[in-house]
Amino acid sequence: MIELTINGAKKQFDIDPEMPLLWALRDIAKLTGSKYGCGKGLCGACTVHLDGQPIRSCVMPVSAVVGKQITTIEGLSENGDHPVQQAWMDLNVPQCGYCQSGQIMSASALIEQNPNPTDDDINNAMSGNICRCGTYPRIRKAIHQAAKLAREVK
Amino acid sequence: MSINEHMLIENVSRRNFLKSAGIASGSLVLGVQFSPALAATGTESAIDFAPDVFVSIASDGLVSIICHRSEMGQGVRSTLPLLVADELEADWNRVKVEQALGDIKYGSQNTDGSRSVRKNYQKLKEAGAIAKSMLQTAASKVWNVNVAQVVIENHAAHLKGKNQSLDFSKLVEIAATLPVPERKSLKLKSEKDQKYIGKENIKILDAEKIATGDTIFGFDVDLEGLKIAVIARPPVVFGKVKSYDASQTLKVPGVVKVIELPALNPPAAFNMLGGVAVIADNTFAAIKGREKLKIEWEHGTNAQYDSRQHESVFRESLKKPTTVVRNRGDFKKAFASANKKLNAEYYVGGLTHAPMEPPAATARLTDKGVEVWACTQTPQSAQRSAMGVLKLPAEKADDVKINVTLLGGGFGRKSKPDYVAEAVFLANETKMPIKVLWTREDEVQHGYYHSPSLQKLEGSLDKNGKVSGWHHTMVNHPIGATFNPAAKTAGSADLGQGDVMFDLPNMLIDLGDTETFYRVGWVRSVTNINNAFAACSFVDELAHEAGKDPKDFLINLIGKDQHIDFEKDGYKYGNYGEQLNQYPADTARLKNVVKLVAEKANWGKKLPKSHGMGIATHRSFCSYVATIVEVSMNNGKIKLEAIHSAVDVGKVLNPDRVRSQMEGAAIFAATLAYYGDITTKKGVVEQSNFHDYQMTRINQFPDIHTHIVKSSELPTGIGEPGVPPFAPALCNAIFAATGKRYRRLPLNQFGII
Repeated sequence: MIELTINGAKKQFDIDPEMPLLWALRDIAKLTGSKYGCGKGLCGACTVHLDGQPIRSCVMPVSAVVGKQITTIEGLSENGDHPVQQAWMDLNVPQCGYCQSGQIMSASALIEQNPNPTDDDINNAMSGNICRCGTYPRIRKAIHQAAKLAREVK
Repeated sequence: MSINEHMLIENVSRRNFLKSAGIASGSLVLGVQFSPALAATGTESAIDFAPDVFVSIASDGLVSIICHRSEMGQGVRSTLPLLVADELEADWNRVKVEQALGDIKYGSQNTDGSRSVRKNYQKLKEAGAIAKSMLQTAASKVWNVNVAQVVIENHAAHLKGKNQSLDFSKLVEIAATLPVPERKSLKLKSEKDQKYIGKENIKILDAEKIATGDTIFGFDVDLEGLKIAVIARPPVVFGKVKSYDASQTLKVPGVVKVIELPALNPPAAFNMLGGVAVIADNTFAAIKGREKLKIEWEHGTNAQYDSRQHESVFRESLKKPTTVVRNRGDFKKAFASANKKLNAEYYVGGLTHAPMEPPAATARLTDKGVEVWACTQTPQSAQRSAMGVLKLPAEKADDVKINVTLLGGGFGRKSKPDYVAEAVFLANETKMPIKVLWTREDEVQHGYYHSPSLQKLEGSLDKNGKVSGWHHTMVNHPIGATFNPAAKTAGSADLGQGDVMFDLPNMLIDLGDTETFYRVGWVRSVTNINNAFAACSFVDELAHEAGKDPKDFLINLIGKDQHIDFEKDGYKYGNYGEQLNQYPADTARLKNVVKLVAEKANWGKKLPKSHGMGIATHRSFCSYVATIVEVSMNNGKIKLEAIHSAVDVGKVLNPDRVRSQMEGAAIFAATLAYYGDITTKKGVVEQSNFHDYQMTRINQFPDIHTHIVKSSELPTGIGEPGVPPFAPALCNAIFAATGKRYRRLPLNQFGII
């Protein structure tokens, strides 16, 4: 048995310790907000927070995340009102939406660590997240807006 | 009679078949049907009409609008229902959008070809107007006044001159008993009365669910007892399993079964590729189990295909084109006697769709047939695929239920339901609910590729620097070969090669022949990608040869205002399935987007050293786009400095989604221009994931500006038209910055990315 702490709740998993966290989240915990895009840590669709740091869950075995706080898109905010989520909705960022949980998790980790990111800071932090639909310019705008919103709240 | 005059609309709330659709019989239900045969006979009593699009109003006043097209990021769920709601005067907060099942009663649900707006604009407005008219009549009966005394506004009827109103909920029951007004009697809204259509700040319907991870894509479907399948497919198309050993696979905890799929024989069409499926309790076990399969393949004759070597076959083919598409004047004579002449060869690499969500489908057997949940662009093709697998006759279509999930991107890949067939086959074999998931490697290596292409352009200039002759010849592996192995002639000239809109005295457009060795399919904007790259690059080359400003040269080349008469050149132009009198190839509109983008991008302004601007314009899918790209070169690497596009899509339904599509199109096109190169060796695709089939990323883009032409022309689509002009505008900009002309894509082979 492997015990994981996901979105604040402890849960037991009877699984292969080598199973990537992404499949444990999606297939076992039934949290499908984190997406599969490449399985190789190349696209960022599976991004979750591990003790607040963005990681690629598709290449992270569950054995490596025991005892750590795992936050998925479902647990980012209680009411879907994290500043990044608000900015995303306000600026109509998504197109198909598939990569967006990963984008939002990377973006929320960024503004937590850097409350006033420049364009370059955003480009650096977000370049691991592919969006095939091409929402990049709106993502950049939304992160600026979310950062501003977060600063005002604090 | 036009198509619209054939359209029949009637109140179908009393129809029995609607009960089976789960719609409460007390609500007002309108169906818009298209049935030319029945219209011609004037028979309206037949009860098997196939309803096209429904609007229904429940007794609490909630308006349900069905979206029968698939959402893949283009915003169709946020746009098409506006047409109904606006005409109906529905309050958007009291509207529910329902995703249609696959069913011929909706007419075509094929969500590709940038045609959802083109094909549904009129009939969806009419559906809303019919509902409104009936509610108006219902209110007039309640108040016992003339219909003209009733105004429908904001989800209620209002009595003129009095302070009396009736909410839709109070009118539904009476409206449901009324005859449906004739289409001719409908008065559609004028633009100034529109409340949603053409307005800014229309929110994306699914934005909140997307932002909270609460959406269901094809990958996310879950059922009681669901098993996951991943498949080891033949590395070469039409290859077969010679033998396999699954003993190690079956030892992987969680693996349930291993099943061989039937081998594929030509034509490929939308059929399964074959191979060996590993079925497991979870995705990890399925993937791990597949890694442990030992399969001996018989690769078949397509193993001879080496895409790099095949370029010389392309080149030979272009020396003797087989098919003249369009011919005006005498190109050969003009070229022979020209003052100046130019020729150039262009190559564009093979492409795959790479939607962020690879193909996925779930199937569960039912008493009579099967129920499917899939990210499909075309639920009716999916239905036919499923019926083919189960060998069900056409009349059993109702026994195959296709649920359309959200699509994590499509770009044409999800028009081909081979993956639905796989899920249905495996569900039928195992009698278990099965979700087939394609990994990224599967998606890259077993696609329906945009073919590599080789093109030769020849042009002549007269002594005034005007183009006197134009010859464009092209060869690629045709999409037709996917459906008919005997198809050899390159396709399709209709997409950006034959339909060039230049005013030239002499023109020759022709195609070469070649064999095909894998599945070829349509990728966002299709052969417009390579045709526009070559044609719009060559225009720029001619401009420089003539010593003219490329923008002015382009406007002159388009020439006088006219609707192009293709037939005059012996060319039967498909025009994306539309009549040319309704959707003409209008040179004034093409020049207009060029002028608009030039003005907005400040064309001709003084640029810093090593910067350059390039321009290209292209009509595709009946929409007009002109793009200007500004680049700079730093240490031999390209940097995009600015991207501007002007776009004319006729009437604009949802300007925010037009802009988002243009932003996405530039980024999609930059990816193909920088990195797009699917290659094969011994028939096997050499790329496998995002490390060797790369995507552009956020740090590579400036802001992207879209300038929308205000127009009252018929509305056209925007999913694809932004793609074709980007790559040539980019390469024209690189030429302006560096003097180097790049005629081969992708550009990363030159070390400049």
